[in-house]
Amino acid sequence: MAGQIFAYIKHNEGVAEDSALELVAAAKKFAAGAAVTAIVTGSNVDALCNDMAASYQEVWKIDNDALSYPNAEVLRKVLLNILPNDAVILIPHDTFGMDLAPGLSIKIDSPFVSDIVDYEVEGDTLKAIRQEYSGQAHTHVECDISNGLVANIRPGVFQPDESKGVSGQVIDKSADTGDLTTGRHFLEIVEAEAGDVDITKSDVLVSIGRGIEDEENIEIAQELADAMGAVVSCSRPIVDAKWLEKSRQVGTSGQTVKPKVYLAMGISGSFQHLGGIKGNPFIVAVNKNPKAPIFQVAEVGVQADILEFMPELTEKIKGL
Amino acid sequence: MEILVCVKRVPDTAENEIEVRKDGTDIVRDDLVYSVNEWDNYAVEEAIQIVEKVGGSVTVVTVGDEDSEEVLRREMAMGADNGVLLSDPAFVGSDGKAIAGILKAEIEKGNYNLIFTGAQADDGAGQVGGMLAAMMDVPYASLVNHIEVLDDKKLKVGREIEGGNQEMHEIDLPCVLSIQTGINEPRYVGIRGIRKVASVEIPVHGASDIGIAADAVGAGGAKVKLVDYFMPELGEGAEMLEGSTEEIVDKLIELLKAKGGLK
Ligand SMILES: Cc1cc2nc3c(=O)[nH]c(=O)nc-3n(C[C@H](O)[C@H](O)[C@H](O)COP(=O)(O)OP(=O)(O)OC[C@H]3O[C@@H](n4cnc5c(N)ncnc54)[C@H](O)[C@@H]3O)c2cc1C
Repeated sequence: MAGQIFAYIKHNEGVAEDSALELVAAAKKFAAGAAVTAIVTGSNVDALCNDMAASYQEVWKIDNDALSYPNAEVLRKVLLNILPNDAVILIPHDTFGMDLAPGLSIKIDSPFVSDIVDYEVEGDTLKAIRQEYSGQAHTHVECDISNGLVANIRPGVFQPDESKGVSGQVIDKSADTGDLTTGRHFLEIVEAEAGDVDITKSDVLVSIGRGIEDEENIEIAQELADAMGAVVSCSRPIVDAKWLEKSRQVGTSGQTVKPKVYLAMGISGSFQHLGGIKGNPFIVAVNKNPKAPIFQVAEVGVQADILEFMPELTEKIKGL
Repeated sequence: MEILVCVKRVPDTAENEIEVRKDGTDIVRDDLVYSVNEWDNYAVEEAIQIVEKVGGSVTVVTVGDEDSEEVLRREMAMGADNGVLLSDPAFVGSDGKAIAGILKAEIEKGNYNLIFTGAQADDGAGQVGGMLAAMMDVPYASLVNHIEVLDDKKLKVGREIEGGNQEMHEIDLPCVLSIQTGINEPRYVGIRGIRKVASVEIPVHGASDIGIAADAVGAGGAKVKLVDYFMPELGEGAEMLEGSTEEIVDKLIELLKAKGGLK
């Protein structure tokens, strides 16, 4: 039998993130009716703990002013102090989970499975599905979880379980954190800069990815956008290359957009990119690789070279 | 500053259409274009820039087969001073934890203040850096997109978090950092640069050289076992527009009009 199941609750100053209820759904993959304990850390988190008690059988509250910002180096120590050795802990695979979890698995001596998109539990064995090669291939991985597990769950793959209706118990573990000193001290958050255009305000986006190949070719996308009355946005590599401003980047580490129509031009469709597209837009993907993962989420696809396709489209629209 | 950068040779996903072998044991490797993991290139560039400012040396290390030597040479052509190849039949099939253990064994033979990995590589796990730091019992920061050397004991680092915001920290040395793309602009490596390092000796260390028990690593020692590769049952997916380019353009324009995509 696997050990007690825990879910780490991510929140912004007391407001739970979507992952908090996604993990309720994810944890249901364990034996039906298995009790799940939410772990809530921060300062002044009583209201959040009570909220979580409607969805989790137990809530462990760790309230401490020193934890008001979730510094993963500090929280790793806290978790080591409070978790049983055979704990099964579910953590969202976001920038915090990526910071916290690999090291936690070493310290607590449990297997680590990263960025899980689905899984089953059979007895003491976890059978998980992951993606490799930017989502171009899937894998099954297995591990024995009888001595514990650290599992990072991809945000957005489980539908948040809103059923609530649990009357869980809040248990105050604030006294059990132990020593909180670490070699990494949080200083401040520097907010992303606003740019020349606000892509979140546009109903139609012509979004370009690495398939644009060259800085000069951005002009081709701009001409299409002009003809359509749209705005040019992009995937991360275009910003990394400094071809467009960071404020034009769509994705988890960029902007969240809610357009009506999204043209994905030479974008493979990584989950970090798709994570920034909300509101179910009409997605058109143009990509030369017929197996590109973007075709799984797009409504309409065209297998073509964007550098040839975009000018044709632009010409035709201009002639309307 | 003595900096070690852990790098990996990976199939270039921008250049290849990845296919899975029929028996599911691997992806189809014939005719794949390989390159250095995108994130690692930024890590090496950052290391070189730090050494240019404060002095020291950059060593690149990889766990891999003999073909992996080419990525070490490429990074040395960028300006890394030394390369080390960790290679042994026993290492094949290692999970992330075993890779971190192998790297740790090599690191302990040196005298490094600062260790970089890429934020993630081809398996998308992003685990080796954090595991390595925990094994070495030194501080860790992932997804680093800014580094400032404060003195020989401390760095100021920025981590890129959701929304492109940046989480600033002060971190003690020695430490492990995983580097996010975009932290710098990796320099171009030309044929001449590669030629210059073509004959530099790159030491190869096997399990016994670094004191690793062969059964603790490799596929046999893996706690997390890779069962198979597969292509998922595809859902409905996109409706693919077919026909001549002109026909496709016409259909697309009709759809865009209907969905409010044309003004
Ligand atoms: C913590 C973290 C956060 C991240 N945040 C973001 C984010 O916010 N936003 C983001 O976008 N990414 C983000 N990424 C990066 C992400 O993982 C991918 O690497 C990235 O989205 C890939 O961008 P792409 O699709 O443009 O490039 P690729 O994956 O290289 O895809 C390029 C596509 O273009 C196609 N192509 C190439 N040439 C042509 C052509 N001539 N015509 C047509 N098609 C062509 C190829 O077939 C391929 O499908 C993040 C990564 C991490 C680790």
